[in-house]
Amino acid sequence: MATIARDEVLFETLLRLGDDSLILGQRLGEWCGHAPSVEVDLSLANMGLDLIGQATHFLGRAGEAEGRGRDGDALAFHRDVLDFRNCWLVEQPNGDFAQTMARQFLFSTWQEMLFGHLEGSSDDFIASVAAKAVKEVRYHAELSAEWVIRLGDGTEESRRRMTDGLDWHWRFVPELFEMDEVAMAAAERGIGADPRAFREDYDRHIRSVLAEATLEAPKDQRPILGGRRGHHSEHLGHLIAVMQHLPRTYPDATW
Amino acid sequence: MVEADKMRPSKTSPLMGEVGGGERLHALGGSQPFTPPQPLPIKGRGLEQQIWQVLESVPDPEIPVVSVVDLGIVRTVSPERVVITPTYTGCPATQVIERDIRDALDAAGYRHVTIETTLAPPWTTDWISAAGKAKLRAYSIAPPLAAGQRAVECPQCGSIQTEEISRFGSTPCKAQWRCRDCLEPFDLFKCH
Repeated sequence: MATIARDEVLFETLLRLGDDSLILGQRLGEWCGHAPSVEVDLSLANMGLDLIGQATHFLGRAGEAEGRGRDGDALAFHRDVLDFRNCWLVEQPNGDFAQTMARQFLFSTWQEMLFGHLEGSSDDFIASVAAKAVKEVRYHAELSAEWVIRLGDGTEESRRRMTDGLDWHWRFVPELFEMDEVAMAAAERGIGADPRAFREDYDRHIRSVLAEATLEAPKDQRPILGGRRGHHSEHLGHLIAVMQHLPRTYPDATW
Repeated sequence: MVEADKMRPSKTSPLMGEVGGGERLHALGGSQPFTPPQPLPIKGRGLEQQIWQVLESVPDPEIPVVSVVDLGIVRTVSPERVVITPTYTGCPATQVIERDIRDALDAAGYRHVTIETTLAPPWTTDWISAAGKAKLRAYSIAPPLAAGQRAVECPQCGSIQTEEISRFGSTPCKAQWRCRDCLEPFDLFKCH
């Protein structure tokens, strides 16, 4: 553990936070103009906007911590897929609306608890972004929980779709609580949080919402890990190709 | 960081900063005729007050009836710098607001005043001034609920028979509501 330089731990920690937000923000943006109703369209786009705002902060600071002249845009648009540090959950395809909401529910519930802990980060910047964003994320968690309940305890079809959406994403939950060398170093130094501290709260909350939705929790599946170290599903490459197309084709393009 | 001695005191009338405290007291007390504002010295607190006035004239780009000062996103003003804070993490208006403030300061002759952004303490809707909330209501946007207030009042007819249509509205800071009495839809500035 002593082999990881302090700045590298900070850089990696910021990348993980920033990439989670960036990739899920981009995924939600894919819904723009396609949602079931205009209200839902607005809510998905606005959640995406919140997440991209988080990413702008985290990745901008990551570039400073790295000290090689890369800014937030360079990190977002000029890295290749193996260099992304987001978890598998956020890169999963949107599927139908129920699948999107299942993903949002599992992620935002975790992110709200994570940011609650990061408010106490020894890194002032991470602490201030977390304190600011946690209120927005709480909204995402509540909104998606409401949809889990509404669809789960809805019609036969909506229930089937929500069940399928939860089943699809369930195997990516353990990664949210994975602690590797970087995460341990970050937690020890007080920069990052140890999510295992809120695992029980997370499970309890998820199960209580599922109970309200009259749904059974999916059966535990073999966890899929590795996003934090650059191992990703095929889906991420396609997302990045679309996201990076413009700045890569026109490197100096400005609005 | 916010320095307490540079925090703006509670919202004051624009005139407050223009005249000396004594003159203003007389004007308010009515015992002497009102003295028109004197030309300001361009230094010290007078300069700060002038900069506040410039900022009062900068509208929010998405809700132009309120100024950036009404919204509570101007944290501190000193003769050298203005410190602002974003409303929402991903608010697309943040950059526009900074540019608008820059233009307003430049146009008023304060090119040397720099603009800085701070995230802490995080902005909440409690930073919106009372005047700002009144302006929102007059613009048919229900202001954020005060602590302890439970019912959302229709900004058109004042009824509290209202309901949420969608938790997100036309901008990240608003939700869509409707009035069950006058049947008009309206925006609610969300508590944040």
